[in-house]
Amino acid sequence: MYDLANPDRFDRFARAATPWSAAGALLLIVLGLYFALFNSPADYQQGESVRIMYVHVPAAWMALMCYSAMALSSVIGFIWKHPLADVAAKSTAPIGAAFTLLALITGSLWGKPMWGTWWAWDARLTSVLVLFFMYIGYMALWSAIEDKTRAARIAALACIVGFINVPIIKFSVDWWNSLHQPASVIRADGPTIHSSMLTPLLLMGFAYALVFTTLLFMSMRTELAERRIARLEAASRAPSQVSVT
Amino acid sequence: MNALAAIVARDVKLAFRAGGGAVPAVMFFALTILIFALAAGPDRPRLIALSIPAIWTGATLAAMLSFDRLFQDDHEDGSLDAIMETVDPLAAAVAAKALAHWLSTLLPLILAAPVLALLLNLPGEAYGPLMLSLLLGTPALSLLGALASALTLALKRASVLMTVLTAPLLTPAVIFGVSATEAGAGGDPRYGAILMILAAISLFACVLAPLAAAAAIRFNTD
Repeated sequence: MYDLANPDRFDRFARAATPWSAAGALLLIVLGLYFALFNSPADYQQGESVRIMYVHVPAAWMALMCYSAMALSSVIGFIWKHPLADVAAKSTAPIGAAFTLLALITGSLWGKPMWGTWWAWDARLTSVLVLFFMYIGYMALWSAIEDKTRAARIAALACIVGFINVPIIKFSVDWWNSLHQPASVIRADGPTIHSSMLTPLLLMGFAYALVFTTLLFMSMRTELAERRIARLEAASRAPSQVSVT
Repeated sequence: MNALAAIVARDVKLAFRAGGGAVPAVMFFALTILIFALAAGPDRPRLIALSIPAIWTGATLAAMLSFDRLFQDDHEDGSLDAIMETVDPLAAAVAAKALAHWLSTLLPLILAAPVLALLLNLPGEAYGPLMLSLLLGTPALSLLGALASALTLALKRASVLMTVLTAPLLTPAVIFGVSATEAGAGGDPRYGAILMILAAISLFACVLAPLAAAAAIRFNTD
């Protein structure tokens, strides 16, 4: 694992691992969707619309997982000033934001038939929305600061502060919710999930995780290549400037 | 300690002599309330029901508007470098700057709040809780605003980015600020507990924000 901290070794590893990860993701999505759409029961209360769960819940998992991964990479990049950790954090953000948006959209599509509303200011929904804005802010910081090293430090700081704040935000929205609307739309003691539903859910969860690793490898390799090109261009421009002046 | 007092005194003086003092923020606050009242219509019960959230929203937005110059002016004219050279730890200087921002921008907003609340027909028993919750909750706004300002220090036009960065951080203070005011006005026994949580949010920001902001300033100036 430590060897992979070298960008070249990482590049070689990622190049080899990407097709496997992509193939695994594809296989698990096909398998997961088969179970989710054909080989699992309709819920006795929710009917067929329970199947939205299989695309929604893994997306919500990934939304949180990506932010945690981003925070972890940020801490590593922040403390050890490791460029690969910065690249990992930067590349995770758009993927995480996409999963978060997917969770919000599928959640709202699920909410309409279940609760009769597209949106409820429920603690979980609100925190995911806030999480989405935090992803946007993080990416905006990266694109706003020219200098890559400085952008990495500043964005890492923002990410870590945001990570500390996620539980506080969750707690305050929970409180706010209990104060304003005592009867929550989601019951805390929901029915325990049956194994026929758990199988497709876990399959889809792993499929999403592999989609994440595939995209992350591709995006990190692109970022590393971009940086190398920028370095080469800077190096090739430098002598010519000297000869002109 | 002297250096910190000097920073606070200088910033407050600068704000009132060169920056128009609290006038822009208070005007923005008043206009937000005006637009809100016009949008909500002259229905008195509705205005009363929404007056506390409206005051808190207006005050938060007015505060957010004022964050982007917190460190930028000092950065551009070089006084931030002087502060970094002379004040150790830098986090203390950040706290002093945040305190100065609170004194020059948020305290006037708090003083303007009861007047604007009067326009929204806020009932008499709510004024005490409103002032108390604003006093306890707004330090968090200044401190977290200072953090966002430090993060975007090196950027030319940062106001939109800053809004995106600060809004999620400010949500807890706003939630508990409104809850505390409403609990106090309605005689809710949880009033004291909510005030304590509000104070805890400000204290937590007081610990976290100066340290993070100081780190951000170092990264942005080297």
